[in-house]
Amino acid sequence: MALLTQDEARTLLQKVLSFSKADECQVSLNGSTGGNIRYALNSVSTSGALDQLNLQIGSVFGKKLGISTINEYDDASLEKAVRRSEDLARLAPDNPEHMPFLGPQTYEAPSRTYFPDTASIHSKLRADLVQQSLQVSRDNKLAAAGFLENSAGCYALMNSRGLFAYTTSTAVNFSVTLRTEDGTGSGYAARGYNDIAKLDVLAASKTAAWKASRSSGAKALEPGKYTVILEPAAGIVLLENLYGALDARSADEGRSFLSMPGGKTRLGEKLVDERVNIYSDPHNEELPTFYYNGEGQPQKKMSWIEKGVVKNLFYSRYWAMQKGVTPVPQPDAIIMDGGTSSTEDLIKSTEKGILVTRLWYIRSVDPQTLLFTGLTRDGTFYIENGEIKFPIKNFRFNESPVIMLNNLEALGKPERTISGESNGSAMIPPMKIRDFTFTSLSDAV
Amino acid sequence: MAGMGIGGVLLGRIPVLGSSFRPRTESAWIDTGVKKQLADVALNAARSKGATYVDVRIGRYLNQFVITREDKVLNVVDTESYGMGIRVIANGCWGFSATDKLDKDSIARSAEMAVSIARENARLQTRPVQLAPQKGFGEVTWKTPIIKNGFDIPIKEKADMLLTVNDAAMKGGASFIDTALFLVNEQKYFASTDGSYIDQDIHRIWPTFTVTKIDSKTGKFETRDSLGSPMGMGYEYLTPDDSKKIKTVTTLYTDRYDMLEDARLAAVQVGEKLAAKSVEPGKYDLVLDPSNLYLTIHESSGHPSELDRVLGYEANFAGTSFLTLDKWKTKKFNYGSKLVNIVADKTQPGSLGAVGYDDEGVACKEWDIIRDGVLVNYQAIRDQAHIIGLDESQGCCYSQSWQDVQFQRMANISLRPGKAPLTPNELIKNVEKGIYIVGAGSYSIDQQRYNFQFSGQLFYEIRNGKIAGMLKDVAYQANTQEFWNSCAAICDQRDYRLGGTFFDGKGQPPQSNAVSHGSATTRFNGINVINTARKI
Repeated sequence: MALLTQDEARTLLQKVLSFSKADECQVSLNGSTGGNIRYALNSVSTSGALDQLNLQIGSVFGKKLGISTINEYDDASLEKAVRRSEDLARLAPDNPEHMPFLGPQTYEAPSRTYFPDTASIHSKLRADLVQQSLQVSRDNKLAAAGFLENSAGCYALMNSRGLFAYTTSTAVNFSVTLRTEDGTGSGYAARGYNDIAKLDVLAASKTAAWKASRSSGAKALEPGKYTVILEPAAGIVLLENLYGALDARSADEGRSFLSMPGGKTRLGEKLVDERVNIYSDPHNEELPTFYYNGEGQPQKKMSWIEKGVVKNLFYSRYWAMQKGVTPVPQPDAIIMDGGTSSTEDLIKSTEKGILVTRLWYIRSVDPQTLLFTGLTRDGTFYIENGEIKFPIKNFRFNESPVIMLNNLEALGKPERTISGESNGSAMIPPMKIRDFTFTSLSDAV
Repeated sequence: MAGMGIGGVLLGRIPVLGSSFRPRTESAWIDTGVKKQLADVALNAARSKGATYVDVRIGRYLNQFVITREDKVLNVVDTESYGMGIRVIANGCWGFSATDKLDKDSIARSAEMAVSIARENARLQTRPVQLAPQKGFGEVTWKTPIIKNGFDIPIKEKADMLLTVNDAAMKGGASFIDTALFLVNEQKYFASTDGSYIDQDIHRIWPTFTVTKIDSKTGKFETRDSLGSPMGMGYEYLTPDDSKKIKTVTTLYTDRYDMLEDARLAAVQVGEKLAAKSVEPGKYDLVLDPSNLYLTIHESSGHPSELDRVLGYEANFAGTSFLTLDKWKTKKFNYGSKLVNIVADKTQPGSLGAVGYDDEGVACKEWDIIRDGVLVNYQAIRDQAHIIGLDESQGCCYSQSWQDVQFQRMANISLRPGKAPLTPNELIKNVEKGIYIVGAGSYSIDQQRYNFQFSGQLFYEIRNGKIAGMLKDVAYQANTQEFWNSCAAICDQRDYRLGGTFFDGKGQPPQSNAVSHGSATTRFNGINVINTARKI
């Protein structure tokens, strides 16, 4: 099925707004088409296709807001959904924090988030790609479990103050875990792109196969503090909990790792090693993201951590007004600078250390210090004198990304990676970190 | 607009009823006859394309959220989603397609898509799908036995209730309080080529809050979450009832929740947490309240006994399991001490997982997973039953919506209460050096479910049988088998309570499952406790 074009979206949203009797009304839609295929034990398991269009309506009376959603598009259903949001708004108490919807905005040119070849992926191509992955598994006498998903989406926003924005995107995500037949070794690879042309299922499957074969026969090391090299797929799941928590309000309110005694915050303070630079850029060619956010605010290139200093925080429109600053929307994805070294180069420069290829089940332990726990998974290796010596058993860690980025030894070349926890994407370099805290051993493979 | 269904002739259209004040769940309900008609379009279309088995789920999913903080209502949201998921077997392979365009042509196209995906993927399959037989039930219905429908309560009343809770916490010394009330109504219709047409009306409720207190001088803060649970109940869950409370050093709730009282207590306790002693790491006997233990049961008993994990179907995401088939086949794998009896149950009243029929048309039931400490069974669905020698499914199939394919999901998994009379206060009296933990906190477990780490909301030091004040910075780390073998005492039925979550995650694309876990207060001896305090 086709996505709504900009004109079709505009016509539909204008119709919805025409039903409104509220002081203000804002309508957004997201439509998507796509499919997926899942496999395990070297055989296809479940798979599917989806075609959907969802509409959200926000109605305002004074300082009262009500929101409803609907995915039925005859006039009666649309009007019913508008009335429902109005009923909710009328019945709700005033919200003193309510901000009027935005008027028309000036946006930068849309970033290139949509690729027609990704949008036209069909079930045959999905099966063909998975066949490549299964062949790698069989050639290496491994058991494959994996997932390939593609989608194309359209998004539009319109309100009674005259704002209108529209964009489209595509995505193709692939991940695979290969395990040895005896279950003593496991390797993982994940890739996610807007453009199918960048996806190399064969190469990713070979990477996972190498890790699976090499991780068999793991030895136990004592828990403790070790120098680690975090591959990007491991680093992202810790870092996303840092850059996702750069919220001004919670910092100002005293309930964030960015809060300091006496109501101060770490904004403008040096938080981590001066080699750390984290920014967002909707127009980055490797990781393009939307040029506006869900409220219609423009998304622009923005520095978050510069030379280790907290440069900017997210400010909601309400909190920005309270603090007399410009609102700063949260970005859709971040980019962390690095150097030119590969992960292999970082290994070569390491006398003693541990290569971590994936981290798993990351959960907050203490928001005050941004302490997180989780485990290594699917290929963990001991490094000695610049070489991988042997696989090691998995560890549980308790570590803060803030402490981790203060214990920075070296950064490699950033690459686009995808979080196995949140499914979010980022450009992250491989990182060498000293004194990473492992607290117990796990028997899991 | 062609093909998008906008303005098209929709079969599933309900008449717009003049007053939008008509109870929401009732006005959204689609006549069973209309749903049967839609389902038959899909069943016939898929069969005509060569499917050997077809099931259809037509769902209307309603949610309502009221979100507040301190003296403000931040959000009032009603969501509604309606569509159809069609699952087929063709050439011995599964195929699935979902659409929200419910005219005859779109349904037929979606059915055809499901069949074509199955045919395309069949070349990647090593052996054909084998379904356990399932008799058709004809036309049947099931409803969550609620007393008061939360959707019928005026929004203002719900918002005012939360604001009253907030006011109590703020007056009690809290710096902040965030509260939310979530209501869920799944109206779902299942039809299959086995001859079942099953109409179900499922309700869930979840009132929750987080109280925060800040010491501005030190810059330290602590939080205390609600001790209420998400439940498979109506609004009656929020009617306080003193006879449904359990009193220890704090107040705990069974199937009636006093949110106002809990918020008042939280405001006091969060202050105590700020002043509490940081725990000395080491071995302790843990006394775990059901509000804490439910999550440990979920992660260390519920997940490893899911048969899809055991077999390797979740290897790429949620992981596999240490409870392998060879251990089960010995019939003597020692999962826990003899006191440990873990039961799976899809029928328990008030639980999140209770339904009449699962999402592949199997009538729900109860069965043992761990009996007297020994692994005796798993959780399986129709295409897995034969692998563990069953001639019928255990009814664990679930999909979070019409647009996601159904697969094996966790049933309610619970620890049976002790047989000998024992209350939490009596249990604590016997502990020399221990920690009494209430409420769920941080949680993490490895991908085969051996090594876990859990925290909590309230930690009380037990010294020589007495509560000796509050502790903080507490997390317990253990190996699942060692942990359950250290189970030394379980309180009796009088203390049995349900905890649960709306967000049991599994699958690719990931799906959420709502599930409850019952237990009574339980003692575990000699568990490793770590101190989680750090400086940045």
